Amino acid sequence: MKPLSRRTAEPESAAFPTRPYDLLKEFTIALVVVALLTAGLAALFSSPDDKPVTLAAWSAAAPGDFTATAVAELGATSMTAQYGPPYNDTPGAGQKIGPLGLQRAAGVRIPVDTAEDFVLRPLRQAPEPAEVTAALAAWSAASTDRQQTWTAAYADALGKAPNGDPTQVAPGDYGPVPALAGRLLTLAQAGGLDGQLLAQGHFYQTDYTKPVLFLADGTYLAGLADGQHLSGDQWGMMNETGNYPGQAWLWLYTFWYQIDPFKSSTNADALIWALMAVLSLGLVLVPFIPGVRSVPRWTKVYRLIWRDHYRGQR
Amino acid sequence: MSDPATSREVRSGGWTGAVRRYAVRTLPPEKLLPDTQPAYMASWIYVFGVLTVSALVVVVATGCLLALEGPGWWHVSSVGKYVNSLHLWSVELFMFFMVIHLWGKFFMAAWRGRRAMTWMTGAVCFLASVGAAFTGYLTQQNFDSQWISGQAKDGLNAVGIGAWFNVLDFGQMLMWHIVLLPLALGGLTGLHVLLVRRRGIVPPIDATVPTPGAVEGRL
Ligand code: HEM
Repeated sequence: MKPLSRRTAEPESAAFPTRPYDLLKEFTIALVVVALLTAGLAALFSSPDDKPVTLAAWSAAAPGDFTATAVAELGATSMTAQYGPPYNDTPGAGQKIGPLGLQRAAGVRIPVDTAEDFVLRPLRQAPEPAEVTAALAAWSAASTDRQQTWTAAYADALGKAPNGDPTQVAPGDYGPVPALAGRLLTLAQAGGLDGQLLAQGHFYQTDYTKPVLFLADGTYLAGLADGQHLSGDQWGMMNETGNYPGQAWLWLYTFWYQIDPFKSSTNADALIWALMAVLSLGLVLVPFIPGVRSVPRWTKVYRLIWRDHYRGQR
Repeated sequence: MSDPATSREVRSGGWTGAVRRYAVRTLPPEKLLPDTQPAYMASWIYVFGVLTVSALVVVVATGCLLALEGPGWWHVSSVGKYVNSLHLWSVELFMFFMVIHLWGKFFMAAWRGRRAMTWMTGAVCFLASVGAAFTGYLTQQNFDSQWISGQAKDGLNAVGIGAWFNVLDFGQMLMWHIVLLPLALGGLTGLHVLLVRRRGIVPPIDATVPTPGAVEGRL
């Protein structure tokens, strides 16, 4: 085969016999058809709109999970606290593509200090009962080691309590942690925490980074998502609540998460993004990739598409 | 001063004239809006390009309707909800038509004969559309947005993009969804369609231009 000489030898379309063809009429008819089809589908199937989960709803429905998450934020053991860039500088955190660590290279551009941002500041900013003032003072007077012993011990005890219920935790040396977590739960259940995590000292606000990170650190949101077939191992990203087609076009991206070596890799996200970047570039460059650009010739589907033309040639 | 009148006419008009001459040369009106097409353009697959354009028009129009009352409207109004459903289903149709169009053009090897740029702008349209749809899901302000943004941040953060493109920032995502990506997609689609008009519809694989005699002989 001589693809190059063939390419240059491609005849101009203007040199072929023509027939009348009304492009604008075709477009107008297509537009009307698509508009009607859309109106019909929308009337038949509507669209999904499950309510978002507020911190208030979460803390009311699952106080145990909320408290365990708050303690993990305080003790810096939560997913967000350990995340690394762009939220914080956890040593060693950050995915890599082979030797290439783009996550760390980008740096901490959206700083999140989970103990301060999710627990301590909201408590300080809300009207403080005396025991909370004392608990905050005890917390900041303690060494980091001491703080972590308290949170670890309380997290442990919460895990052993029936349903993780903070009111049924066995007594122990938890320092000010139960007072802090208990007050945060009250604030959250009253709806105050939703506003506080969002506002962070501003009036106008459009950035939901902090409340979503806090929510996602718990198991409540993930549990709801799992019930709606939205988890990562359920092809989650491309689905949406209910029986809607969702983002079906993400099938290839989601596919890689279902198989090894990605499924079991700690660098799965970075590796899959790198792979998808290469494949996307490949799609754009199909006309130049030997082999791939010859697939149409080999499959002969074109003979079906232009069958009238080829029939005429015989 | 002593220029021959003809060359002065050819060069007149400054930048504006130069651009006009370039535009008319590359896309004369009969090429831009032809009323005939090559006889080989006879297959239902050709309809999917124009269906994609039509669906894009409906997507943009319904998006503009949503914009009239703002991003919170459709959660509290049944009319708004219906407009949102129109927007969703026109997107599903748009993507469906585009993917069939893409595979059709692939199996026709429609990049032949200096049409690589047509393919490439089309492929970038596809990628931009995926981004536009994704940011749309993020700005619904419902459970899906919460969940999808929480999941998607990890992929973007893992390759460093998340440090600038923050899927948890509703305001930023709304701007991308209703300003930046529609502009990019609109521009690319315009370019894509103009390129198709400029080169004409690609001839069948291995087609040879029939000599006038041969055509008559066949008729
Ligand atoms: C926004 C999305 C797109 C729109 C609105 C669009 C629209 C169109 C239209 C109206 C045509 C001419 C009629 C036809 O042949 O169907 C066309 C041709 C073409 N499209 Fe697209 N397209 C889009 C995406 C794509 C994609 C994703 C690809 C492939 C990666 C692609 C590749 C092509 C090629 C190669 C042609 C030239 C066909 C020829 O010369 O016969 N397009 N497109």
